[in-house]
Amino acid sequence: MYVAVKGGEAAIANAHRLLADRRRGDRDVPALTLEQITGQLALAVDRVMAEGSLYDPDLAAMAVRQSRGDMIEAIFLLRAYRTTLARFGNSRPIDTAKMRIERRVSATYKDIPGGQLLGPTFDYTHRLIDPAMAGDAPVDEPLRRAREDERRAPRVTDILNDEGLIERDVLSDEEPGDLTRDPTAFPADRDVRLQALARGDEGFLLSLGYSTQRGYGRTHPFVGEIRIGLVDVEIDVPELGFAVSLGSVRVTECQMVSQFTGGSEEGAKFTRGYGLVFGQSERKAMAMSLVDRALRADEFDEQRLAPAQDEEFVLAHCDNVQATGFVEHLKLPHYVDFQAELDLLRTLNTAKATNDEMREAAE
Amino acid sequence: MTAETANARRKRALDAMASMPASLLHELYNQNTAGAPGAIAVRGPEIGAIMLRGRIGGGGAPFNLGEASVTRATVRLESGELGHSIVLGRDADKARMVAHLDALRQLPDWVARVEKSIVEPALQHARDQAAIQAEETEATRVDFFTMVRGED
Repeated sequence: MYVAVKGGEAAIANAHRLLADRRRGDRDVPALTLEQITGQLALAVDRVMAEGSLYDPDLAAMAVRQSRGDMIEAIFLLRAYRTTLARFGNSRPIDTAKMRIERRVSATYKDIPGGQLLGPTFDYTHRLIDPAMAGDAPVDEPLRRAREDERRAPRVTDILNDEGLIERDVLSDEEPGDLTRDPTAFPADRDVRLQALARGDEGFLLSLGYSTQRGYGRTHPFVGEIRIGLVDVEIDVPELGFAVSLGSVRVTECQMVSQFTGGSEEGAKFTRGYGLVFGQSERKAMAMSLVDRALRADEFDEQRLAPAQDEEFVLAHCDNVQATGFVEHLKLPHYVDFQAELDLLRTLNTAKATNDEMREAAE
Repeated sequence: MTAETANARRKRALDAMASMPASLLHELYNQNTAGAPGAIAVRGPEIGAIMLRGRIGGGGAPFNLGEASVTRATVRLESGELGHSIVLGRDADKARMVAHLDALRQLPDWVARVEKSIVEPALQHARDQAAIQAEETEATRVDFFTMVRGED
């Protein structure tokens, strides 16, 4: 028997009112401002922009506030918002070689042109909770040091290429696939894989990247370079007949240098994995570059044995909005589905009991 | 002036104004456009998105990195000049002001004024900000030194 049930409107309305109250917390404590969130929880905002796949710090800060700091909820909110925006066009590809660098390190070359610039990093901190964080003690202004000249900081992978020991980029202007417009077909091209990874869940990609280091997928990676900074975004404006800059965005880029490939007529060389992420997020950029490299198994005739090398597995599960949607829907009413399963179970057991009785009677 | 240099100068102005913080643009716009021919809205300001692209490996084929919110506007002056703008973010006022200034730049009476009082300060602001940021970063440069050990 199927019985349609309605109800819960009042409960839902009251629950949302309660949520609003809990979100606001103690009214005697000032509410968070967007400036506080973008300024002091900047990396949370960056993560929401990266995985929400929309660069807009103010909106991401609003989402963080609305979600009470639940990152995946905030990412969901930003994703939902981006679907309401008309797309005006595509930017010209950003040029990370012209980045205004805020941090740049290489683990492969000590003396790289442009140097090692630590920037605002957690590296080399002691990872001990600082009692000062309980208060609001004055913070020193950063030190400044004059630059000797306009030092250029070429991408490390371009420097290595002088010796031909590393796989080269193949410049092209081929139109990339867009997973927000077209269903993903497998095997997917590297452009679509990178788009999926760039918006993929940091935790999922981190664990997959880690798995490749532990032996689930062949890599022996080095960080060729990590760079964080601002890049200009340009777009062609047909009305003007030329491209203009829209402003700049902060991105993190990771060049992972990985095991050799040999056998080609060009000789043995390092291969590469690439990571590029909105905001300051080198953990995500590194994880992305590890997974990008692992997913290139076919290109280098590697056997695909590990999860990180399985593009269908990785691409279908790296999106946390999709993942949370399917997992969390389980808590919504399934009364009818479950009733059907219960009925089936009862029928099976009744049938078994009848069978048993008949067998006993026969004996 | 050839069309090419005119376009280059127009681009330079639009680039500079797009990079301006909205507060600075507001201030300079209000100070300098009193008595200017008004802007008639042709399109927008409208908020939308662009797909922001990177290149595989930094220098390879393009891929779609993610979207960015943008606002664009087109305005017209009484005398017919069209001004366009497209800027990152969702600031309708900023887009409208930039489009208006782009249109004013096409008037012989106004081009020098817009350049001097808006575009130059915008470029200076961008240079100052870049210099501060670069010097702060420079202070975190690692200066390696070698420990010499042994007799020689």
